[in-house]
Amino acid sequence: MNDQPPEQQSEDPKTDDTQSSDNGTNETLRRVTGVDERWWRGLVVPALSLLLALIVGAVIIMVTDVDAWRLMGEDPAAAIGEMLGAVWTSYRELFLGAFGSVRAISETLFTATPLILAGLAVAIGFQTGLFNIGARGQMFMGGLAAVWVGLHVDLPAIVHIPVAILAAIVAGGIWGGITGLLKARTGAHEVITTIMLNFVAAFFVLWALKTPTFQAEGSNLPQSAPLPESVQLPPLLGAQYRVNIGLFIAIGAVFLIYWLMYRSTLGFEFRATGFSPSASTYAGMSVSFLLTAVMFISGGLAGIAGSVMTLGLPPYSVTSNFAGTIGFDAIALALLGRSHPFGVAWAGLLFGALIAGGRSMQAAAGVSVDLVIVMQALIIIFIAAPELVRAIFRLEKADAEPTQLTKGWGG
Amino acid sequence: MTAVMERPDTLEHKNRLTPEERRSVGVGVALIVMGMAVFFFFGLGVEAGEQATFNLSLQTDRFQDLSWVVDARSFSIAVGLIIVGLGVWRVTRKALDWTNIALALGFALFSMAFLAWAAAGSQFSMVGMLRSTVILAVVVVIGALTGLMCERVGVINIGIEGQLLASAFAGVVLSSAFGSWAGLAGALIVGGLLGWLLAWLTIRFRVDQIIAGVVINFLALGLTSLMSARILADVQSLNAPQRIPAWRIPFLADIPVIGSMFFDHTFFVYGMFILVVVTHLGLFYTRWGLRSRSVGEHPKAADTAGINVYWVRYRNVILGGMIAGFGGAFLGLAQVARFEEDMTGGIGFIGLAAMIFGKWLPFGALGAGLVFGFARSVQQKVAILNIGIPSEFLLMTPYIVTIIVVAGVVGRTRPPAADGQPYIKQ
Repeated sequence: MNDQPPEQQSEDPKTDDTQSSDNGTNETLRRVTGVDERWWRGLVVPALSLLLALIVGAVIIMVTDVDAWRLMGEDPAAAIGEMLGAVWTSYRELFLGAFGSVRAISETLFTATPLILAGLAVAIGFQTGLFNIGARGQMFMGGLAAVWVGLHVDLPAIVHIPVAILAAIVAGGIWGGITGLLKARTGAHEVITTIMLNFVAAFFVLWALKTPTFQAEGSNLPQSAPLPESVQLPPLLGAQYRVNIGLFIAIGAVFLIYWLMYRSTLGFEFRATGFSPSASTYAGMSVSFLLTAVMFISGGLAGIAGSVMTLGLPPYSVTSNFAGTIGFDAIALALLGRSHPFGVAWAGLLFGALIAGGRSMQAAAGVSVDLVIVMQALIIIFIAAPELVRAIFRLEKADAEPTQLTKGWGG
Repeated sequence: MTAVMERPDTLEHKNRLTPEERRSVGVGVALIVMGMAVFFFFGLGVEAGEQATFNLSLQTDRFQDLSWVVDARSFSIAVGLIIVGLGVWRVTRKALDWTNIALALGFALFSMAFLAWAAAGSQFSMVGMLRSTVILAVVVVIGALTGLMCERVGVINIGIEGQLLASAFAGVVLSSAFGSWAGLAGALIVGGLLGWLLAWLTIRFRVDQIIAGVVINFLALGLTSLMSARILADVQSLNAPQRIPAWRIPFLADIPVIGSMFFDHTFFVYGMFILVVVTHLGLFYTRWGLRSRSVGEHPKAADTAGINVYWVRYRNVILGGMIAGFGGAFLGLAQVARFEEDMTGGIGFIGLAAMIFGKWLPFGALGAGLVFGFARSVQQKVAILNIGIPSEFLLMTPYIVTIIVVAGVVGRTRPPAADGQPYIKQ
């Protein structure tokens, strides 16, 4: 990357200009147009946040090391040595599990695929001033719709997969659209409705997978019949590695969403609504339509993420928890990626690496993968409170205020 | 679609009905439909002459073998007609502002008819259901009070779920190690600490309030699951708290139905009722309450009047966290009496919905909590009756009820004016 030292950049007359009297106008312009000449600044805080999260994670590994604490009374030095050893083993496994081999890299990319898609779903919500916590439910509905198409529509692979994914977009989109419509028409806060719809969708999937429509014949498990080969997402590196064509779908979605948000009228209206709903109304935009539309698109993206988890996960027999924690991880990575499609893509790769590595850490070092959740929480705190990071590392004070991404209950 | 975004006065101009009247008609129509459904499905859906028996006493009660037997068919038909009548009343007399009362009555009657239909030809423990309604309401009401305490000073607390979970964990571990009182104290402290974290992030660093709350949920879920897997799985004696026993109130507990419902519980349940009353009196009849509300409505004016906005916000958000700690202690030490990963399962969010449903009032929170407790309790008891509705759909009910409630069946609610707004001292 074309990194320039910070001092040089801040002497740039352009940058000085933004700090002068009409700072407010430029700030507004920057947020609406999405153009920021000081883009590298966006990298300092995330990088330091990741570092801090790793440090705190290490402390947690040490504090929760029961065996070492038992040793503490007799031989403190050995106990601390054991703790440090545990940290070393855990982080080594974390790294090797993410990048150490072809399999590890395949796992990282495979894990990143739905994360990027769900992250985009959350990100476009943020840009429109909506907090979509419902990616989980939208993934459930989308994934289930894709499975239905997979089992009950008989098509050759070249059309079967697109049709299944289209079904996922529609189902996830409707599930998200409900929230947008409720918000637009009644002011019901999306945080509550999406969380509630997550539960409803989870129970719905649990029920659906026990009905003859989805279940394998003669089975009693809440698990779908095996999907036909024509709808399985083809693996990219051969059947022994899990990374599949979904990765290209995710990359395509990144560029499509970039075009939508920064190059199309609709995207401009979305961002204007996120910036100021009242100004957008005054400018003649229909905020109710925009809220519903963005939630439909957001849900559709999450729906694709769901279909990637059902059509692309060997052994292609879907169980009731295929959405996992992706819907929540997506929130963290949308924040980490600053709600920008490219930022989300990088953040998705990072989290893919963290989670894939976390799985191998859990297997090899016995540190549960929940540590990754804690690290994600810490990363969000540090990103959302850049002042905290600056205080810890004694960096210069930023000129931009922390942004308020969400609105109150009023609707 | 744009109509709802416009101001009420333009709406009025269009069709000469106030929003209240429109709602009254809407609710009336809904009630008529509901009444007809009761009439046809529950009334005509049962064979004539089938009896539904509602038991009104538990085995531990002083007065035994009380029961109420109804003819399921005629009961449901009568109830259906009453609900239709309520609906017609709302449509014709829309000027009266009794819509919510009619709605509540309608839902209560609907539930009765549903139970009569479900229990036709068998028995159903009515008092058991009412008793568990109260127990299941506790965490919801406490969650709502937590949210209310924070939002009345202008801080949105989405982290109630995490505060409940973390304090339940602390309560269980400390109670297993040092006894019940240490557990309760630990839960209160952890709840208060997470309240402080929310206040610190949102006030000191002006982190977006909803994001700060989400972070608290993540942290609590991640840390408790991690410690549960790494410590509690290894040292199981730390996950074995002594269940806090019920304090049966003499005489009052012997009253049929009411006694089992209200006077035979752990102190947490009494504590919940006391908290509701204290919060109400505190908010509306003390200087503390006036100051809190002024900070939530118009922090700038409060500041001008010499109130330290930041201090009031810190204090109330920490207090709110401690209330959540009390709820977490109830979960971990009385209701479940051990720690399980993600044992809160979304109840903090239901509490938040109850706060909105209750219009940011303590007694409103109590009423809303009891409605959710009732929905959950009915779902649990009906699941036992095995009436052919898949259990997953019954499990969805409380969540769907929450959506309907938040989406404004109760009418538009007005949050404190400065809710969710960071305050920047000039």
